[in-house]
Amino acid sequence: MHDTSQAATLPIADDTRDRGGPMQPLLIVEDLKKHFPIGGGFLRKAPSVVRAVDGVSFHVDKGRTLGIVGESGCGKSTTARLLTHLIPPDAGSIVFDGDPVGPYGGITVADLRKQMQMVFQDSYSSLNPRLPIVDSIAFGPKAHGTPTRKARADAEELLGLVGLNPRQFARRYPHQLSGGQRQRVNIARALAMKPRLVVLDEAVSALDKSVEAQVLNLLARLKEQFSLTYIFISHDLNVVQYISDRVLVMYLGEVVEIGDVDDLYSAPSHPYTQALLSSRPSMDPARRRIAPPLTGDPPNPVNPPSGCRFRTRCPLAEPICAARAPELAALPDRPGQSVACHARGVGTGHSLSPAA
Amino acid sequence: MAHATTDTALAGSYGAAAAAAAKTPGYWGGVWRKLRRDPVTVVCMAVVLLIVLAAIFAPFVAPNDPYATSMTRRLKPIGTDGHLLGTDELGRDMLSRLIYGGRISLFTGLTPVFLATLIGGGLGLLAGYFGGLVNTAVMRTMDVFYAFPSVLLAVAISGALGAGLLNVLIALTVVFIPPICRIAESVTTQIRTEDYVDAARATGASTPRIIGTHILPNVLGPVFIYASSLISVSIVVASGLAFLGLGVSPPQADWGLMLNTLRQAIYIAPVNAVVPGVMIFITSMCFNMMSDGLRSAMDVKD
Ligand SMILES: Nc1ncnc2c1ncn2[C@@H]1O[C@H](COP(=O)(O)OP(=O)(O)O)[C@@H](O)[C@H]1O
Ligand SMILES: [Mg+2]
Repeated sequence: MHDTSQAATLPIADDTRDRGGPMQPLLIVEDLKKHFPIGGGFLRKAPSVVRAVDGVSFHVDKGRTLGIVGESGCGKSTTARLLTHLIPPDAGSIVFDGDPVGPYGGITVADLRKQMQMVFQDSYSSLNPRLPIVDSIAFGPKAHGTPTRKARADAEELLGLVGLNPRQFARRYPHQLSGGQRQRVNIARALAMKPRLVVLDEAVSALDKSVEAQVLNLLARLKEQFSLTYIFISHDLNVVQYISDRVLVMYLGEVVEIGDVDDLYSAPSHPYTQALLSSRPSMDPARRRIAPPLTGDPPNPVNPPSGCRFRTRCPLAEPICAARAPELAALPDRPGQSVACHARGVGTGHSLSPAA
Repeated sequence: MAHATTDTALAGSYGAAAAAAAKTPGYWGGVWRKLRRDPVTVVCMAVVLLIVLAAIFAPFVAPNDPYATSMTRRLKPIGTDGHLLGTDELGRDMLSRLIYGGRISLFTGLTPVFLATLIGGGLGLLAGYFGGLVNTAVMRTMDVFYAFPSVLLAVAISGALGAGLLNVLIALTVVFIPPICRIAESVTTQIRTEDYVDAARATGASTPRIIGTHILPNVLGPVFIYASSLISVSIVVASGLAFLGLGVSPPQADWGLMLNTLRQAIYIAPVNAVVPGVMIFITSMCFNMMSDGLRSAMDVKD
């Protein structure tokens, strides 16, 4: 009711920039790695590293939403920051709409950033406390040469689009807004860059349930309106199920399972996914307890277990799991769903390994 | 998942509730408003303003020639006819010398702090923003200066450079750079990790623009507060250097130097001997309390 008239005036962000066509995934990530050195110091080599992201690969199709779930500390935020190059990856490649990102041909990090934006979990820390919100939103376009007046006008229009009356809110400071309102501002700030891909890192996790629902609906509407593609990171399995088309499950810096949301939620294959899903509170008693819930904390990413990293908490662990790391491979009966587990792969030597 | 609420439900919620806070002044406007409401700060500002104006317009304000000596009118007590604050050991008018002395004392108090804020603040900002090797290089250099007590360092540097106003300014600036740099570095390092800086970087904005819009305004406050507290230190140390004979030389009027030359008369005319010290005390106290006022005005959220 408050935005339909304005919607038409903002250009829909697609066509000319759509280089690869509809079949080309918008983002292809190959073997992304980030190891943080810890305990080192001046002129001293760090004695150990945190394997925060350790060989993550996936792709996101245009106009879809990829959900990323996993326990706290499994490397979700690091993955998000690697995608936007807020921290430089140690290894791996990123291909955006067919163009490899990097110094050798393809597109530069600057080009990538124009098309990819991020929304962070902490709505307060995401906004400069000394800047009226309209200027926070207008900052990016101004940095790319939009005149101040135009950037401000666009920012006010965007405020309307995310459900905040610009006449009331434009000149306010972040501390004068509620958490939900601030997160709307952060979404508007991301949209101001006219991105094609938005990475949402726990963007609704800090919000009350009712506000969370409103912001999720807003995200769904904006996605349609601007032909956006989302990467939606959360530890909340219900929210991820609600918003995602595909879901990626991470454990200790690695992808353990990826598949379409309905398949993955109705028939999780990896013991970790099963445990995660069974440990969430469910309204339906019949669907509870597919697998024993997770116990204890995940192992230290500084010194992860050999072979399969989940084996120390896995009910299906066998000697092969300690000896060799499982590869992410499509399930024999469900090609759209891939899982990294010896018990699910063909010919792995695990007693539960299905026949070829 | 029952996320049945539509986001249009929100349209009503921002209608009435928030209409009150329509117009908000800028951040610095708010700080200024709070400063004006603080009586201590206002009094201190008035006193400092009075001293500064008197120093600037000294030729018009001073009742006597500050250099005119008189062998017959030495060490007259306070309240002597024609010499409101008495005379010094050479019979010069104390009030006039204090007014003229404010020129050098304020100048040597403010200039080093100003220069050190520019240099130390800039270095700290860069060290904090870029981290890594830049940080190590800058901060380890600062640590070298930190190893010495500041007064000792100031004395050592001016001693090495020789007496004179310029050398005092250099010495004090060098002394103040490390602590200001350290404050700027630690605040920048902390702000550097805020998500809004990452969000700004994600827009692809240039580093100078990010620093100018998102880092500098947030670092300036704490640095200002700290630097303003150094003004009093600067005045006192500059006076101390003058007292030791490392600053300006006689017959120039400077509060510290006056304290030095009058100390011979401390048993004969103790009140006269103490007057320049009182002046230094009042001025540095005022700057200190203004700094405290600034701190609390900038501290409060909302
Ligand atoms: N800058 C850093 N330096 C060292 N370790 C880090 C850094 N950032 C993240 N980590 C570590 O990397 C792991 C993954 O963190 P993160 O990506 O934030 O996980 P998540 O978002 O899934 O909770 C954690 O063990 C965390 O402690
Ligand atoms: Mg996180």
